[in-house]
Amino acid sequence: MPNNVTRRSLMATSLAFAGLMGLATPALALSDAEARALVDKVVKDINSVISSGKSVSGMIKDFEKIFVRYGDVNIIARSALGVDSRRATSKQMADFTVAFRGYISRKYGKRFNEFVGGNVTVTDVRRLKSYVEVRGSIKLRGQAPFDVSWLVSDKSGKDLFFDMIMEGISLRLTEATEIGAMLDRRKGDINALISDLRKAG
Amino acid sequence: MRNVFLIVALFSLTACATPRSALGPGEAFDPYEAQNRKMHAFNKAVDSALLRPKGPVKVGETKRVLTESVGNFADNMDLPSTIVNDLLQVNLKSFVMNTYRFSVNTVLGFGGLFDVASEFGIPKENTDFGETLYVWGIPEGAYVELPIVGPSTQRAAAGRVVDLFTNPLSYVLPKPEKYVGTAASVVSKVSDRRQHAGTVDSILYDSADSYAAARSIYLQNRRYDLGDQSAQGGQDPYSDPYEDPYAE
Repeated sequence: MPNNVTRRSLMATSLAFAGLMGLATPALALSDAEARALVDKVVKDINSVISSGKSVSGMIKDFEKIFVRYGDVNIIARSALGVDSRRATSKQMADFTVAFRGYISRKYGKRFNEFVGGNVTVTDVRRLKSYVEVRGSIKLRGQAPFDVSWLVSDKSGKDLFFDMIMEGISLRLTEATEIGAMLDRRKGDINALISDLRKAG
Repeated sequence: MRNVFLIVALFSLTACATPRSALGPGEAFDPYEAQNRKMHAFNKAVDSALLRPKGPVKVGETKRVLTESVGNFADNMDLPSTIVNDLLQVNLKSFVMNTYRFSVNTVLGFGGLFDVASEFGIPKENTDFGETLYVWGIPEGAYVELPIVGPSTQRAAAGRVVDLFTNPLSYVLPKPEKYVGTAASVVSKVSDRRQHAGTVDSILYDSADSYAAARSIYLQNRRYDLGDQSAQGGQDPYSDPYEDPYAE
């Protein structure tokens, strides 16, 4: 009898362990097809916003929805604030993230009209470190096509993009420089940065 | 005069410095920042006085075709220099493609006014002596901001000087004709400024620190074009923010 118990508990432990391992190993990690599907959705949604013929403020609102739905806003915001996110309180971090989201939507959303008639083609998907890069090219009217890529990860628990790179220029890094400069202008005051950011873009 | 230029270029090459101590994460190698910032202020003043479009840019169809042709012509006149650099880089594939591009566009594209080669599926693949230096293993050097031209690195700047001499056309064309390409190139740069008004304005006039923004964007783009992963300082777009959320 005691033998049985031991055997049973051993089996239970090993099952539990296997379960844990299942969570820890990248067995559930995002596939190339899933990353590509995410980008296809982003492109489709952005195209429908551009062709909606809405006012600029309407487009900005729609863009913010797309950003929140498909982008890992938390990690992009944290990355943009850089080392200073270490000293930010959790309330500051939350406020900053919301302000940053609005700022990005206004800054890029108001320039959507430049992409009217644009055409995005996904060319390939490759696996890097812990994430997937979906590469493609954008063709705008009267211009040579340029390279674009999206970095997609499921580390947040969902398949989300955390960067968009155009001709080697990363949105995440470019905004890190910009946020750094805004913070310097406020002599490192994160609250002042947050209120500036609510108006910027 | 040419010899003087070449000596200056070769001298500046030996001065392609590398950082003496480790740079902080995301920090650019910019030891001349004070002078660079002065040059940046000057360039910005020139831009707002002469180049920045006043009011929204509306380009009619005729004008669009015209500026496109000027741009094509300038690109085509510059192609022999690209071809020389392809050879210097021993990049035979680009050498063949660009030679083909030049022949097709010169003959079928009426002296380069039309980019027929791109329609045939041979896209523009530019290079310069700055890239040749990269291929030869010369380090990127410090970040520098040049007058009018704007953001550069020591290596790219030296390359620009050498490229004044790498275009075979400048040796074979007679005097007034050989400046036509240069003039077209200036016109084309000015119309590029108009075409990309939104982007340029957002960097120069809407950034909290336009100098830092231009430096970051230039270095990211230039390194991407060269495929340069050896460059020190600056930011790595492929750093994993989930591994180190503070990495830039």
